[in-house]
Amino acid sequence: MATVIPVRPRTIQGVACPVPLPTHDRVQLGHGSGGKMSALLLKERFLPRFGNRYLDALGDGALVPVEGGEVVLSTDTFVVSPLEFPGGNIGHLAVHGTVNDLAMMGAAPRYLSAGFVLEEGLPFEVLDRILDAMAGAAAACGVEVVTGDTKVVDRGKADGLFVNTTGVGFLHDGFRPSPSRARPGDAVLVSGPLARHGMAVMAVREGLEFDADIESDTASLVPLVDALRVAVGDAVHVLRDATRGGLASAINEIAGASRVGVELSGALPVPSAVEAACEMLGLDPLYVANEGVLVAFVAPEAEDAALAALRSHAVGASAMRVGRVVEDHPGMVVLRTGLGGTRVVDMLPGDQLPRIC
Amino acid sequence: MKYLSEYRDPALARTLVDRILRTSTKRWTLMEVCGGQTHTIVKQGIHEVLADAVEMIHGPGCPVCVTPLEQIDRALHLAARPDVIFTSFGDMLRVPGSECDLFQVKARGGNVRIVYSPLDAVELARRHPDREVVFFAVGFETTAPANAMAVWRARELGVDNFSVLVSHVTVPPAMVAILEDPGNRVQGFLAAGHVCTVMGWEEYDPLAERYAVPIVVTGFEPLDILEGIWMAVVQLEEGRHEVENQYVRSVRREGNRPAQELVSRVFHVVDRGWRGIGTIPASGLGLRPEFAAFDAERKFDLHHIRAEEPAECRAGDVLRGHIKPFECPAFGGACTPESPLGAPMVSTEGACAAYHNFGRFQAAAAGGA
Repeated sequence: MATVIPVRPRTIQGVACPVPLPTHDRVQLGHGSGGKMSALLLKERFLPRFGNRYLDALGDGALVPVEGGEVVLSTDTFVVSPLEFPGGNIGHLAVHGTVNDLAMMGAAPRYLSAGFVLEEGLPFEVLDRILDAMAGAAAACGVEVVTGDTKVVDRGKADGLFVNTTGVGFLHDGFRPSPSRARPGDAVLVSGPLARHGMAVMAVREGLEFDADIESDTASLVPLVDALRVAVGDAVHVLRDATRGGLASAINEIAGASRVGVELSGALPVPSAVEAACEMLGLDPLYVANEGVLVAFVAPEAEDAALAALRSHAVGASAMRVGRVVEDHPGMVVLRTGLGGTRVVDMLPGDQLPRIC
Repeated sequence: MKYLSEYRDPALARTLVDRILRTSTKRWTLMEVCGGQTHTIVKQGIHEVLADAVEMIHGPGCPVCVTPLEQIDRALHLAARPDVIFTSFGDMLRVPGSECDLFQVKARGGNVRIVYSPLDAVELARRHPDREVVFFAVGFETTAPANAMAVWRARELGVDNFSVLVSHVTVPPAMVAILEDPGNRVQGFLAAGHVCTVMGWEEYDPLAERYAVPIVVTGFEPLDILEGIWMAVVQLEEGRHEVENQYVRSVRREGNRPAQELVSRVFHVVDRGWRGIGTIPASGLGLRPEFAAFDAERKFDLHHIRAEEPAECRAGDVLRGHIKPFECPAFGGACTPESPLGAPMVSTEGACAAYHNFGRFQAAAAGGA
């Protein structure tokens, strides 16, 4: 598509006229003014993508119907540099992240709010791609963006764009996965290959670029949770998406919340390109972020049916059992190495750091 | 994955474990010199499965662990300067100085950046001619060639806003210091494969001879480590003390001559302090006088910054194998991975942190708490 560059009208003296230009190619402070530019931003970019009967009412809040029973609320704020990376962009994350959090509670995601902090100077073509991704992801997940907000901050005060999404989901009867419900004997399942998101972003991060055939795994986990619920129901004790901090952190949190030990064993599902990148940078894939991988703790008798359910969907095609809940060492996660040795898989104190040696 | 999975095969590894257990008639005490080897040993639980045959002492070959407190404090001082962009390998950022670490300096507004190559720091200096870019040049002989290359390049390109804060150390003098120590318990060494890729192993021959210890140049994958241990155990059982090379796919006897040449053009041998151990004569590298313009200590007049290591931290005794980490009075109390006093508690592979985690596991497994 050709970009039309507005030509500033000139006076006889050649001085530019100070009237604001009608079209722009990037976000300006005026877009956050609450005036005509703000209205235009909403009308041209947000409403066409997210429009629905609740949002289009343009009230100060969304009035939405709820089904009987309980609702789950979840909120998450998304910051990522760069905004776009192999396999997706911050828009995918903003929808999948909150939708997946609802799904991990066992809820069917239904409504989203979206709050944007836009940095002055953000090119509209980038914003448009991100909004397209959000709209597409929301539609695919069966959720509607029913209310939202935009603010614009001075250049240099945000990293292009920050976005917060809050989601509402409805709980199903008799399905209550919770981090505190892990029991000795439970099988620990993961739904797919590990560490792809973190390494995909790292490969394109400024100053650390390297060539790698790795794409982010950003994906909705709703179909996997639906499949698990239908197949084994409440034998699903715990669900957790292994995002920031990776699989190791997710499992540690569960071990702590349920006061049980977890023993990991066997090979972990790490794609070879990811493994190579991790080796090169001195990072451990167990601690690298995922955006489309869930961990499920299921009762031992439901293990086979649960694995089959996960594998019935593309996102879960390579699902496998990686460990089991044990009575020993409550609150701790250990890995049985191929040699038969023991490695304690602890939480990291902070971000994982590349090692020198 | 090619060149990795072959060296991680569990069945082959168990064969080597059995072979080591069968070969040793007593429990030998070996030291792996390099932090990368410690990483594999801890990660794979090699020390645990071999406990009946060998005791592995984690040696002083982790640059994060041995960089002296004084140099960390100098780094913190530089990183806090508004005119400086301070660049470093990632895992140095969490090493505690006297009062804080580089992460905390960054949070207070210091411009601290992780780089993977010192050449990236030179490039950063080219892009920011109005700032002073300092690279924290730490490490053993392995990182010395790349760091030397950065200084060389900076001079070649006339990048005079680039400098290095040098804290380079070398392996053989540290091994001598361990062997000369009256309390020494080390009976054999796994020498660091990557150090030897650069330096070769000629300089280890006199050590093996003089101190009658087997030295096996060893790689970093599980099968490398196990084969290296096995070769050392066989020597000990047969009463031999030679330098042998397990890491044949990477190390040649003479090492990498061009790399050695570059290092000796840029650096010369100096006395160097080791955290927890103290100064070891002729154990480090410093910039040669002709590269003084790139010496951050001189450029920013850092010599007045001095630091005393905390008396209650016995990292030096741990690194020399005198005590196990849990025998240190500060272990688990004043010193934990979240709030480390000494460097071996910093990295998850540091000897103290590794024992801290594993000890918690054993206590939990035994007591059910």
